[in-house]
Amino acid sequence: MELAMLDTSPWNDQKEVLIEQFIQSLLRASKPDAERILHQIQQANSSFPQSVESIVVTSLERIGRDWETGKVALSQVYMSGRICEDLMTATHPENDGPARIFGKCAIAILNDYHMLGKRIVLSALRSAGFNIQDWGRLTPEQVVSRIEENGTEVALISTLMLSSALSVREVRTRLDAKGLKCKLLVGGAPFRLDKVLWKEVGADSTADNAMDSIRALSTLLGRQA
Amino acid sequence: MKVMTSLERVLTTLGHSEPDRVPLFLLLTMHGAKELGLGIKEYFSKAEHVVEGQMRMLKKYRNDCLYPFFYAPGEVEAWGGEVIYVEDGPPNSGEPFISSPKQIVGLAPPNVSTTPCLRKVLDAVNAIKAHVGDTVPIVGVVMSPFSLPVMQMGFGPYLDLIHEQRDIFWRLMRMNEAFCVEWANAQLAAGATAICYFDPVSSPSIVPRELYLETGFIVAKRMLTAIKGPVAIHTASGRSLGISDLLQQTGAAVVGVSAEEDLAAMKTACMGKVTILGNLNGVAMRNWTVHEAEDAVKTAILKAGSGGGFILGDNHGEIPWQVSEDVLLAISDAVRRWGRYPLAKHHV
Repeated sequence: MELAMLDTSPWNDQKEVLIEQFIQSLLRASKPDAERILHQIQQANSSFPQSVESIVVTSLERIGRDWETGKVALSQVYMSGRICEDLMTATHPENDGPARIFGKCAIAILNDYHMLGKRIVLSALRSAGFNIQDWGRLTPEQVVSRIEENGTEVALISTLMLSSALSVREVRTRLDAKGLKCKLLVGGAPFRLDKVLWKEVGADSTADNAMDSIRALSTLLGRQA
Repeated sequence: MKVMTSLERVLTTLGHSEPDRVPLFLLLTMHGAKELGLGIKEYFSKAEHVVEGQMRMLKKYRNDCLYPFFYAPGEVEAWGGEVIYVEDGPPNSGEPFISSPKQIVGLAPPNVSTTPCLRKVLDAVNAIKAHVGDTVPIVGVVMSPFSLPVMQMGFGPYLDLIHEQRDIFWRLMRMNEAFCVEWANAQLAAGATAICYFDPVSSPSIVPRELYLETGFIVAKRMLTAIKGPVAIHTASGRSLGISDLLQQTGAAVVGVSAEEDLAAMKTACMGKVTILGNLNGVAMRNWTVHEAEDAVKTAILKAGSGGGFILGDNHGEIPWQVSEDVLLAISDAVRRWGRYPLAKHHV
């Protein structure tokens, strides 16, 4: 794809064009095109890291919203998140160091071996500046032990199977029994299909997609999304 | 109108005519264990259990199909993968057995006739056929070659493979296709009336239409040509309206409808071409009252029942373990109350 040349109009005007180009490159899963656009931004704007972050987050947000309405597919959300995570790691080496958004958070899959949702959410949250521990696949008992060991403030739990979603209740019960105040943010297909299920299992919030999880996590941490 | 057998009812609606009433496919699997007072793992350990469970549920719920489907990871079990049982849900696939695309080159599909977990399903189909003959359709199940890799190698790595190593992707497809055809045709030979081809990855919820056209659509067309019986394509809760024209081109007799889509819009898109199956929300169904169940049935029939070409069912292809007997009975009663043709009289 031929990318439009940057003109001399104010940055904000250029930004909207670049976001659209960036989104299209992500939806095509073209990392080279996405990289080229970031390079253009680097040349055009002196506040490069902040501009990149803003464009990446805005783009992922729009892609997430379009997935909600059925305009884009999960594979496109996944590939977009993966590409953005790679690009942000390259442009924000501090990602390996202290987080830009503080709060002890972790994400886990409960029982299932279906890792895709967690991967997508993790990419979006890391691209947005959160430092999230990835605990992989755990049982409810193991989740609670990790929360206790790490002093976790918010645990994000991803599920695909209904039985796994229902076992979030066991996590809550075990947390309460130990007097742990960790908040639970849940997501996955069962919670999308049954809008009150997150309350039924004792979670503190739910998110329908990766960008929702940024908002929900920010709220649970007491910060602006 | 004379009362039809379940098979007559289904064939009439598949022919886009109105039978005596809307056919009901309660796609029940694990509930058979409740009937027999067994745990889920024990229930699925023997073909006889599933046969007995299906026959009892046919009688209790006055269902229009038999569904001797054990569990989705049965296919990965046949390939050497792990199955994880839980007490309150369908068995799940374990750690993917393909940990690197390099392994795909050395893989070989399992032999259907000699693999015990597949043999067990064939025995169940065969015994059920002996019970019902040609009165009730028996629905066999295969995973689409395009969707099976989610369990074989994990969802993320599979999407990476599709996008980044297309040659190896096609190599995997060829192997999965060989298995899928043999597995589907073995079930038909054992007595299955039709095959449900579960293909959630093809849903526009999962891959964009353009990618489906390059991949899963090609696979589906090849499979539906090679499978020697009618096929329903089911995206297992995923949306399918955006590819309904393509699904029709595969030769599918039936397509499943997501609870996230409007049944009336899907009916319009498929009218006279392919029968639609759906779309009661299985997850929400756990908490329905009997009145809510009746309302949901009534609404679905109103949206899609007219003219035939409609089978009432859930949106996923499997009713969750947590759905109560009362709700299932209420659904069955409601389809008899509101689904008799001609519909208009009864709805007025």
